[in-house]
Amino acid sequence: MHLVLFLIFAAFCLAGAINLLLQTHPINSALSLIVVMSSLAVLYLLLGAEFLAAAQIIVYAGAIMVLFTFVVMLLNVGVEEKTHGSKVAKAIGFPAVVVVLGVISTVILQAEKHLGVVNLSDKITTTQELSKVLFTDLLLPFELTSVLILIAILGAVALARKDGGQ
Amino acid sequence: MMDAIPSSWYLILSALLFTLGVIGFLIKRSLITVFMSIELMLNAVNLSFVTFAHEWHQVKGQIFVFFVMMVAAAEAAVGLAIIIAIFRARATLNVDQIDLMKL
Repeated sequence: MHLVLFLIFAAFCLAGAINLLLQTHPINSALSLIVVMSSLAVLYLLLGAEFLAAAQIIVYAGAIMVLFTFVVMLLNVGVEEKTHGSKVAKAIGFPAVVVVLGVISTVILQAEKHLGVVNLSDKITTTQELSKVLFTDLLLPFELTSVLILIAILGAVALARKDGGQ
Repeated sequence: MMDAIPSSWYLILSALLFTLGVIGFLIKRSLITVFMSIELMLNAVNLSFVTFAHEWHQVKGQIFVFFVMMVAAAEAAVGLAIIIAIFRARATLNVDQIDLMKL
């Protein structure tokens, strides 16, 4: 059951990510990204992170992607123009991508025998446990995120004002 | 039916997603899609955080993911406001035409 669920949602994830790259219209890319984020929520659930699965749906697939689709619609962005692209990106970027993937995969495959397995019956990290750490040891960083969000909102309002924030 | 799968599978999936994010960052020409690729990379890293949290039975890994989500939300708000400002000034979202900081 676990294997089937993992394979289905990993396939959804990769298909969504590849579709994001292939689509030329930004709204299609945004919809693919929603598929990726929703399937990641299921994968979090398989890893026993119930709070994060809910937060992934609410924050990412909900709030952030609504913002994205809203901006795409607001700006009335058309189909992406096909241009030659940067030569530097082609010359250095793609070899670098291959190297990054190679290094990460090598490290993971070498460490594989030290890593454990994931079972569907593993202990679930409940929201209660998570909040116990969040509201005791990490209370200050948690409270600071509210300041961060507030500053981000103010910054967004100032940037997006019609007169350019004067 | 196999009921236990290795943690490394999740990590490999995370690496693949991250790589796809980097490729999107390089090949996409629309500023808003480039921004989506960044979100994809953040999500890939989140997946490995959750996997490692599960691996070592630690809650802190999941809390890191929570903080990454908060920073991503703030970043999305500011980034999209910047995109709107750029669109107002230049009437384009093509990254080839927005090259003020290019060497």
